[in-house]
Amino acid sequence: MTAPALIEARHICVRLGATEVLHDVSIRVDRAEIVTILGPNGSGKSTLLRALLGILPVAGGQVLRAVGLRVGYVPQRLQIDRSMPITVRRFLSLPVRVSDADAAAVLQRVGMGDGGGLQLAALSGGQLQRVLLARALLGSPQVLMLDEPTQGLDQPGEAGFYRLIEEVRAETGVAVLMVSHDLHVVMAASDRVLCLNGHICCEGSPQVVSSAPAYRALFGLGTGGTLALYRHEHDHDHAGPHDHHDPHAHSHGANDHHDGHPHA
Amino acid sequence: MTPMPIAMVPTTTMMDTPMLDDFLVRAALAGVGLSLATGPLGSFVVWRRMAYFGDATAHAAILGVAMALAMDLPVAVGTLVVAMAMAVTVTWLAAKGWAMDTTLGVMAHSALAFGLVAAGFLPEVRNDLQSWLFGDILAVTRMDLGLIWGGAALVLGLMVWRWQALLTSTLNEDLAHASGINPDRERLILTLALAVVVAVALKVVGALFIAAMLIIPAAAARGFARSPEGMAVGAVAVGAVASLAGLQLSLWQDTQAGPSVIVAAAVIFALSVTFGRMRH
Repeated sequence: MTAPALIEARHICVRLGATEVLHDVSIRVDRAEIVTILGPNGSGKSTLLRALLGILPVAGGQVLRAVGLRVGYVPQRLQIDRSMPITVRRFLSLPVRVSDADAAAVLQRVGMGDGGGLQLAALSGGQLQRVLLARALLGSPQVLMLDEPTQGLDQPGEAGFYRLIEEVRAETGVAVLMVSHDLHVVMAASDRVLCLNGHICCEGSPQVVSSAPAYRALFGLGTGGTLALYRHEHDHDHAGPHDHHDPHAHSHGANDHHDGHPHA
Repeated sequence: MTPMPIAMVPTTTMMDTPMLDDFLVRAALAGVGLSLATGPLGSFVVWRRMAYFGDATAHAAILGVAMALAMDLPVAVGTLVVAMAMAVTVTWLAAKGWAMDTTLGVMAHSALAFGLVAAGFLPEVRNDLQSWLFGDILAVTRMDLGLIWGGAALVLGLMVWRWQALLTSTLNEDLAHASGINPDRERLILTLALAVVVAVALKVVGALFIAAMLIIPAAAARGFARSPEGMAVGAVAVGAVASLAGLQLSLWQDTQAGPSVIVAAAVIFALSVTFGRMRH
């Protein structure tokens, strides 16, 4: 009944030193869905992403990836040391060299069409995130993994970035797994939200999660206003691409993710 | 890369090339050869903020010299082994949670002190201490030259081979990991290359100035470079020019060769900072 997930974690535990950061966490990401992991600082969000990427070993449970899975990864932040001179164009060719045509097309896609010659260290936070997204898109990924992709952006910048993600998903069918600690914009941009605090507290569509008692306990506030906030932000965007899709067009109801079939 | 100036003499082998009889030619070739390795490696030392790491590794070379001579081993082998051991120890201590700054401070100075004390027991090192500390580029033999160009070619080859992976993991280790690159392996390659450069550079600029030979040309090249490749190639050029200019200074004013080369590099750095366009 359920197709194999692109990437899936089953009951994983992850330890950093003696501390168990993740306990019995299960998550799956299917084709073309946007899944957001939400949680306070120190809740293990980045750890979960790194475990899914294979950067961190799991102490228990298992991580399953579709065979030959292509992942595009956008790190939490890229500290560009000014000691290294490197242009946006050159950065896109790391580690795999890409043609000028491909580089130009992907920069155009993220709204950085003229940016190829800029030095990476000279970019604003929003520009850098777009360039990181462009690089992640170059390998035609099946899954994009973004670790707090809008850290340091203002709200219009944030809304624009999430809209860009949705557009890319609509065009390419790429699945998106994002990590965030921010309650506002991200909720509405997602099909499914997981609340994490060492374990999964609750899971479902943004509407379901935002009214779940566990979510309210974790974040300590009613969130009736968050979706409205996003809607209002639409009109104030200055950085993003222009046509936009209904952000709620892809919303589903609560998903039961424990019924996945085994695969490798 | 082929050692071009040697290869350009068509009818003779290296061992009986009259050109190489001239100590000045050998000194110039040694400086240029070393620059081929220090340019790209030095760029990584700057990008990854490994300056002090380079210092610690280079200072260990004196201990390597003393141990090699005490055990009747070739000096290059001793310095290579000790530099490698030093680099691995520092990496291990840092992984155990010691502050990198403190660890390197302890290791860099201890290595030098141990080396100098050990040298005190060995007359052949003690009497020649200046040339181990400051280099003796004018006394480079054909053997030394072979070692320098061989080592430099090895390091340059490693850098070219791993270039894309090294750059990616220098920018961001998670990004590298997600692209299927093992950042630990790339770090090990840089460590290995550093140990080779220490062994190779000892004769040219001396233990005290090896790190300077890595950092200053790369930093000078930064002012004019727009790409990582441009910076590495620029660092090779600055290193080569500084070697030749330092050699001239040394001949002209009878100054110590190693410090003279670094003085020349520092002057180029100052010019680069003044007239370069560090881009924003």
